[in-house]
Amino acid sequence: MTDTLPDKLETLSPMGRPLRRKEDARLLHGQTNWTDNIQLPGTVYMAILRSPMAHARITHLDVTPALSEPHVVAAYSAKELGDLNGAVPCVWPVTDDMQAPAFPALAVDKVRHVGDCVAVVLATDRNAAYDALDAIEIDYDQLPAVIDLESALQPGATLVHDGADSPGTNECYTYHLPGTGIPYDEAKTKADVVVKRRFINQRLIPAFMEPRAVVASPMGVSNEMTVWSSTQIPHILRVLLALVTGLPENSLRIIAPDVGGGFGGKLQIYREEILAVQIARQLGRPVKWTETRSENMVATHHGRGQVQDIEIAATKNGKLLGMKVNLLADMGAYLQIITPGTPLLGMFMYPGIYKMDAYDFNCIGVFTNKTPTDAYRGAGRPESTYAMERIMDELAAELNMDPMELRKKNWINHEDFPYATIAGLVYDTGNYEAATDKAMEMFDYDSLRAEQQRRRASGDPVQLGIGISTFTEMCGLAPSRTLGALKYVAGGWEHCTIRMLPTGKVELITGTSPHGQGHETAWSQIAADILGVGVDDIEVIHSDTGRAPYGMDTYGSRSLAVGGQAIKKAAERLIEKARVIAAHQLECSVDDLEYVGGAFRVKGDAEKAQPLAAVAFEAFSAHNLPDGVEPTLQAESTVDPQDFSYPHGTHLAAVEVDTETGKTTLRTYVCVDDVGVQVNPMIVEGQVHGGLAQGIAQAMYEGVEYDEDGNLLTASLADYLVPSAADLPSFTTSTTETPSTTNPLGTKGVGEAGTIASTPAIINAIVDALRPMGVTDVQMPASPQRVWRTLQEAKGGNA
Amino acid sequence: MSQIPISVTVDGLTYDDEVEPRTLLVHWLRESIGRVGTVVGCDTSSCGACTVLMDGQSVKSCSVLAVQANGHTVTTIQGLAEGEDNWHPVQAAFKECHGLQCGYCTPGMVLASIDLLQNNPDPSEQEIREGLEGNLCRCTGYHNIVKSVQYAANTMAGKDQPAELTGGAR
Repeated sequence: MTDTLPDKLETLSPMGRPLRRKEDARLLHGQTNWTDNIQLPGTVYMAILRSPMAHARITHLDVTPALSEPHVVAAYSAKELGDLNGAVPCVWPVTDDMQAPAFPALAVDKVRHVGDCVAVVLATDRNAAYDALDAIEIDYDQLPAVIDLESALQPGATLVHDGADSPGTNECYTYHLPGTGIPYDEAKTKADVVVKRRFINQRLIPAFMEPRAVVASPMGVSNEMTVWSSTQIPHILRVLLALVTGLPENSLRIIAPDVGGGFGGKLQIYREEILAVQIARQLGRPVKWTETRSENMVATHHGRGQVQDIEIAATKNGKLLGMKVNLLADMGAYLQIITPGTPLLGMFMYPGIYKMDAYDFNCIGVFTNKTPTDAYRGAGRPESTYAMERIMDELAAELNMDPMELRKKNWINHEDFPYATIAGLVYDTGNYEAATDKAMEMFDYDSLRAEQQRRRASGDPVQLGIGISTFTEMCGLAPSRTLGALKYVAGGWEHCTIRMLPTGKVELITGTSPHGQGHETAWSQIAADILGVGVDDIEVIHSDTGRAPYGMDTYGSRSLAVGGQAIKKAAERLIEKARVIAAHQLECSVDDLEYVGGAFRVKGDAEKAQPLAAVAFEAFSAHNLPDGVEPTLQAESTVDPQDFSYPHGTHLAAVEVDTETGKTTLRTYVCVDDVGVQVNPMIVEGQVHGGLAQGIAQAMYEGVEYDEDGNLLTASLADYLVPSAADLPSFTTSTTETPSTTNPLGTKGVGEAGTIASTPAIINAIVDALRPMGVTDVQMPASPQRVWRTLQEAKGGNA
Repeated sequence: MSQIPISVTVDGLTYDDEVEPRTLLVHWLRESIGRVGTVVGCDTSSCGACTVLMDGQSVKSCSVLAVQANGHTVTTIQGLAEGEDNWHPVQAAFKECHGLQCGYCTPGMVLASIDLLQNNPDPSEQEIREGLEGNLCRCTGYHNIVKSVQYAANTMAGKDQPAELTGGAR
């Protein structure tokens, strides 16, 4: 990012340049349009009575006393809502026999997690709606809470779902993926070393900064129900709201205005969205709901939540033979949009960048009396990467090898690509050697190892630890056929329409739905490069099904890797249409024209040229179009990706662990990521930084805690430790560039890479610091107390 | 509930209003006078998204009652530099250094940074990190927020920007 460019910037391609963002002027001046800003005439505010208990039968519920409170317009429990009490859908039934219990928006008879929705009050004043909740009469008969995953599967365990159609177990599903190689047990017979570990990948809370909000208005034109929602998925939400509510899809308009972060937490159709739409329909007036942060902690889905039993078999020389994975995955109380599928997004990635002969994956989904889990930044791949990169360090310790040497011995070499993995994927490209060499040099690995030896020798109370994570991930969700094979009900394509208006301005309509990623800037760069127009002449239109009707939205690091292809193709098609018109205007053959610098030029005759804007005006006036050419200058493309993309990288962390207090200080973090061709390296770097912070937070700071009754103990930002600036260092980041071959731009995803890679690097570093004292694992988050206790236990002390 | 009269100057205009005693300053800004550039991120005074300047000092406007603002002057993100073509040096620095992604924490982060630089015009990285401890960001990992504040400090002091802050050609 330190290149200096010549003065005439306008003649250069905008691709690959760190353009400052078009979005920022608005955001930095407070000229924003968050959902909570929307104030429509006649709005009623919705307040929700939530369960204070994790598991209880509702023995008495009467909302009528709330109706006589000031400003109250209506109040509903499941009884009053009747048929309008829509069911929250799950679109990924991972097995044919998956237990898929009903998930009514308002609880019927039973509550199943703290925060479950019980009743709602609608009032013309927001505070009055909350005040009136106190008037609702409700009695509960408390039931034992199902919290621990293993206990939940024991015979006789309390059932989270015990209705007439219950199969009598808390097991949601069992999913088995045999690898493509020999059976694991056969591989294991050749092993000199087998390492087994249980890792706890704790629950996390997405904690995007803008709490969720929804406004549903039946006051739109032509019977339109307009829904503003702080969502990542306006297009998918439209389909699902139509299916859930029975409203015709063509009367639903979903708008995701400015959205303040998501990280998977807004990849959802939530109870509150369904309730707002149904009640707006019932009352014939706009309904608005804004989540408080306290509600967010219990009612927005959580992420992770896995018990990982990992076994790896190797020769004494460190050659990997096979890997066996047994997961227990915490579904929480209900299945939301892709709750059961989220752990399976990691299923293909446990083998990571390594070659082996055998792989066996087994996952059991388990219901508990906790907030439902679902996608959170990385969704399945942080868990798999954590397990693999952690156990590689354990194997290295077992073999008394340097952990980087063990990795080098087993990874896929750059000349091996495309490489068919043991999990059944084909990695198109990669260069793990190049990224690692660069990272090792920036990190000064050998010097740090020398310092570590000195500190160990001198018995320094502050020990140095070095952690490695060499990762890859699958992103760019996803080839529709692959999704179909996995029983996900939708596709993974993306759409773009580009039109040049009569005045020469360009509208780029995308089906992606940004919430901080800078699509307006980056998409303009891609299109400007092809169209030969200025980046600022392009307006990117998104996140409104009325203006951008087709799309599959933003999650899974897919927007550029998939959506970028549609932009490229649409822009190229627009130029091809314009070429026909320009040839007519210039009275030449289309083959005589070249398109350079925003104008069609007759080859060999520099004087004869037609700017694209002039072609656009001609296409608008239509006074002199060639026969058979339709007016207007626009083109569209809907692209289904041929395969995933596989970003990779090498992340290195140096931590100092105070053995007297357990406090860990992250001293240095170096990473080299290969995200293929970069459209805007400034945005790439920012995505990596933010991803690192979230992955490091899982390792060091964040973790959902429930007590045995199912009360959420980390129920506010005062109790759940989202790191502040003072908790993190600056990062040293760089990239290598191995273009992906699965898309014509050569791009890969970047949104989740930092989160996926960084967690094991930190824990590996902490364990590395303490290994001479007998420590072989530290449970996350590695708080000072937990590190200190682990150390005492390892020393044989009584902590 | 009884209403209490207040008079508060916000971004250069004086508003006379009546509020419930329990009304928080941030809710009054957003819902009574339509200054929706200031946002709410939590309910425990933890996140700092609602930070504004009151008589020039940063406050979390969720932790101030509207009645406590009576007679005072409030500056929000919308009053720092009117119009998108006018930029306070801190706003400009956040754009230049990519110190924001989704933008939700940004109003609070910018105003907290202004207060920080008023008290310490030449802060070290660690002083910036500790000075912004009360403002949470979930997108940036703070790396570029720290750079933004350093960049703004240089601008306000009339110093040249070191290469590591300028982030290459546009």
